[in-house]
Amino acid sequence: MQPNPYLPYPVRIDEITVETEDKNLKTFKFTFLNPGDEEKFAYHPGQFAELSIAGKGEIPIGIASSPTEKGFVKFTVNKVGVVSTALHNMKVGDVMGIRGPLGNWYPWERLEGKNVVIIGGGFAFTTLRSSIIYMLANRQRFGQIHVIYGARTPGMLLYRDELAAWEARDDIHMHITVDGTNDPNWKYNVGFVPTITDQKAPEADADTYAIICGPPIMIKFTQPVLDARGYGHDNIIMSLENRMKCGIGMCSHCNVGQFFVCKDGPVFTLAQLNGMPKEY
Amino acid sequence: MKYIRIDKAQWAQGLAAAEKAYRLFGPVREGAMLNFAALAPGQAPDLDGLNTRMSARSVVYPQSEILFEYTVDPNDPDGNVLKEAPAPAKPAAAVGIRPCDAYSFLLVRRNFDAPDVKDVYWLRNYEATTFIGLACDHPGSTCFCTSAGCGPYSEQGLDVLLQDAGDAYLAKILTDKGAAFLAAAGWFTEAPADSEGCFSAGKEAAEAKITSTVETDRLAEIPQMALYDANFWEDIAFSCINCGTCTYLCPTCWCFDIQDEVRGKHGIRERNWDSCMFPLFTLHGSGHNPRGQKVQRVRQRFMHKLKYYVDKYGDGIQCVGCGRCIQYCPVNIDIRKVCQLMNRFGQDAACKVA
Amino acid sequence: MIAYTDKIRDIARRLLKDCRVETVIGFRNGSMPMMNEPCFIKNVDDVDHLIWDGNCGINLANYLTNRTDKIAVVAKGCDSRNIVTHIIENKIKREQLVIIGVPCKGMLDKRRIKAMAPGEVTRVVEDGESVRVCGAGFEKTYPRKDMLQANCAVCIHRNPVIYDELVADPVPEQQNVDRYEDVRAIEAMSAEEKWTYFENLLAPCIRCYACRNACPLCYCPTCFVDESTPQWVGKSQNPVDVRTFHFLRAYHCAGRCTDCGSCERACPMGINMRVFTKKLEKEAFEQWGWEAGLSLDQRPPLDTYRPDDPQDFMK
Repeated sequence: MQPNPYLPYPVRIDEITVETEDKNLKTFKFTFLNPGDEEKFAYHPGQFAELSIAGKGEIPIGIASSPTEKGFVKFTVNKVGVVSTALHNMKVGDVMGIRGPLGNWYPWERLEGKNVVIIGGGFAFTTLRSSIIYMLANRQRFGQIHVIYGARTPGMLLYRDELAAWEARDDIHMHITVDGTNDPNWKYNVGFVPTITDQKAPEADADTYAIICGPPIMIKFTQPVLDARGYGHDNIIMSLENRMKCGIGMCSHCNVGQFFVCKDGPVFTLAQLNGMPKEY
Repeated sequence: MKYIRIDKAQWAQGLAAAEKAYRLFGPVREGAMLNFAALAPGQAPDLDGLNTRMSARSVVYPQSEILFEYTVDPNDPDGNVLKEAPAPAKPAAAVGIRPCDAYSFLLVRRNFDAPDVKDVYWLRNYEATTFIGLACDHPGSTCFCTSAGCGPYSEQGLDVLLQDAGDAYLAKILTDKGAAFLAAAGWFTEAPADSEGCFSAGKEAAEAKITSTVETDRLAEIPQMALYDANFWEDIAFSCINCGTCTYLCPTCWCFDIQDEVRGKHGIRERNWDSCMFPLFTLHGSGHNPRGQKVQRVRQRFMHKLKYYVDKYGDGIQCVGCGRCIQYCPVNIDIRKVCQLMNRFGQDAACKVA
Repeated sequence: MIAYTDKIRDIARRLLKDCRVETVIGFRNGSMPMMNEPCFIKNVDDVDHLIWDGNCGINLANYLTNRTDKIAVVAKGCDSRNIVTHIIENKIKREQLVIIGVPCKGMLDKRRIKAMAPGEVTRVVEDGESVRVCGAGFEKTYPRKDMLQANCAVCIHRNPVIYDELVADPVPEQQNVDRYEDVRAIEAMSAEEKWTYFENLLAPCIRCYACRNACPLCYCPTCFVDESTPQWVGKSQNPVDVRTFHFLRAYHCAGRCTDCGSCERACPMGINMRVFTKKLEKEAFEQWGWEAGLSLDQRPPLDTYRPDDPQDFMK
């Protein structure tokens, strides 16, 4: 019998972390209720899943944990709609569902041996966290790693403890930035992501790839910077968002031209996007 | 090929027998309109009309379909855990489905039966349905099936094709599933030897009556983005009121929404047809809408049917030529004209609809 | 009708040539019998696409909502009343509009004509006071007045109430029509009968929202049926949700509806949801003597308070 692709795995909330000063972002750590489901949920950094709350519905959320972290999966969720609000009101121990993993992922095979520049903004840093953890756990498989990550204020940065730990390492170049701050002890950058990208991104070459994930406005202004720096459009990798329902290429909500963001994406190269309608 | 003769005097009795093993669907008169719906016990399908207002889509893919059931009772050990809704106990038979509607399921199947992921609900319903088609001897003025991949005697997607032969139906058995249905109905009378001739003569006569066509020969070769950026979309879209008529009446539209509903402690997750004509269809949580304007949504519908589908599957348009969207669009947006504009893109100097 | 068409084209040509408007909104020939398509004309060379006949039942006020350009719009009596309502409700400014008024002789009921015909209707010709209906193997002629949409048959405002140009002399308004015979028939029913009547009426609804979207009054940026926080109504074919949609939409039209018939005309399933809006129209008339869209100077009854408003509903 065919597996039912709409059926979520039952999970329990193990831990809830408030990530940002506005308390609108929380990270949920889930463990699978049924033995064996974790193996079935084998995923790659860049994929997403549908978080399912009985009586409320489902939301597509990028997987924030890395496959190298075992025993749990993590998602960081912004409170915007019906399901995310219900999720924010849930408690440790509550039972809900996860359906996935869904979509494609960052092209890890192609990135093998290459330099990787991670560029992220705001709360779209979740699959980028997954990617960083994954690359650090397989450090010898990649060249230089740069991370340019910005938020409005220091208190709006996600995963602050981990950012500090990565700062302390010498095998990853962190370029953390905020739009502005009046914290006299702020020791990192101040400026928008495109500006910091222009200042800190390594020189473009065939072996250097940029992975961009962030709000549309950040992408809009970062892409010309990378263009000017000589990054080829095959070397610029982006993760898209669109309204989704099924997550498996059936319901057709998220189409961009003939492609589904949920199934053919969410990861596309800029070269691919150049030939597609800008309907995202 | 085997042919059976079903005397019309034995029609009701046969259906009554088939009803024991099948859930029967067919054209039924609802007020002034013919609809494709479940037949009540003993109800005969109304085979006199042209085509039904709604297509036969809902036999396989109901407008609202429960996917899961659950309890939200926190004290229940299974609380908040989803359980798959049971499949219907009996198989279904679509009696008197027109060839265009039967063919539509083959086009839609490409979406729901992808190589790597299967929509188990659609597939189980489809596989549990026997399609007893009725050939169209009197196609309508907006029928353009012959240029949309099928035709009034098309056998694609059918298990049996019936031809109205006055006091009897001639049944051409196309599959084992079809033979099983006729056996369940108790129809075994071997048809006269010239039945094949009756079908080919009927086919020729019916196809000759089709006056409406679409041109599709250039759709595949025109670059996608050139059509997307074409100058005719504003003119096509102006009159559109963004209702769901075209998409809901269309046999080949498949978009859906998923919703949870709870009453007391009992909850369901169901899917409902949705429409790319509605602004809500693409609205992001942030308020951003990639297809916030009417012209973008109208373009999406036609591009999907006549270009994205063509490019994705490489086997024609996502349209069977039933003409429903033309007949019932409140403002007379006509897919034949749009298809012509698209197909002739870059050839006609003036790309005007009127 | 040909005279109307010629006059509309003349006016449109002049307005565009003199740059008095950027766009003319009217009707062009449809591809189906009894169907014309709303269209916009920006170029003088295209004005000959404009036409007028008894198949212009779509309300063009619907195409004016929130526009910012200078527009000429073709308007029959009901369209003009909805334009007035649009102006009162700040959906368009009077200064933006050149209203090309059309004294209306009523729109043809395409559904009834199709139902009466012995086969598929392929051509309908209006010829003065009669209508010729043609199809494969038949041709029938009916008196035009018997073939009108139900709302047109009882219309008492056929002439535009507001206009800048008029394509012909006003037509005589219909006298002594009983506007609410259908509503009274429902009012006379018992509660159970009403329940059954409404249940049957709405059974074919597929929630395509053609009625809502064809209605010039339904311009809310987010309709209550599309709200998710809170969600007022479910999205399935559950009859309770279907009813909720129709009842609430009707209430939103109370004191605003002109009975233009666009909703019923647009419905692909042939549902006469006008019985709901008409009931409320009747109430507005009986309670406050109000008919929507007759004057730019008078606020609608449901957004004004008068000390002498009837208060019988308070017990």
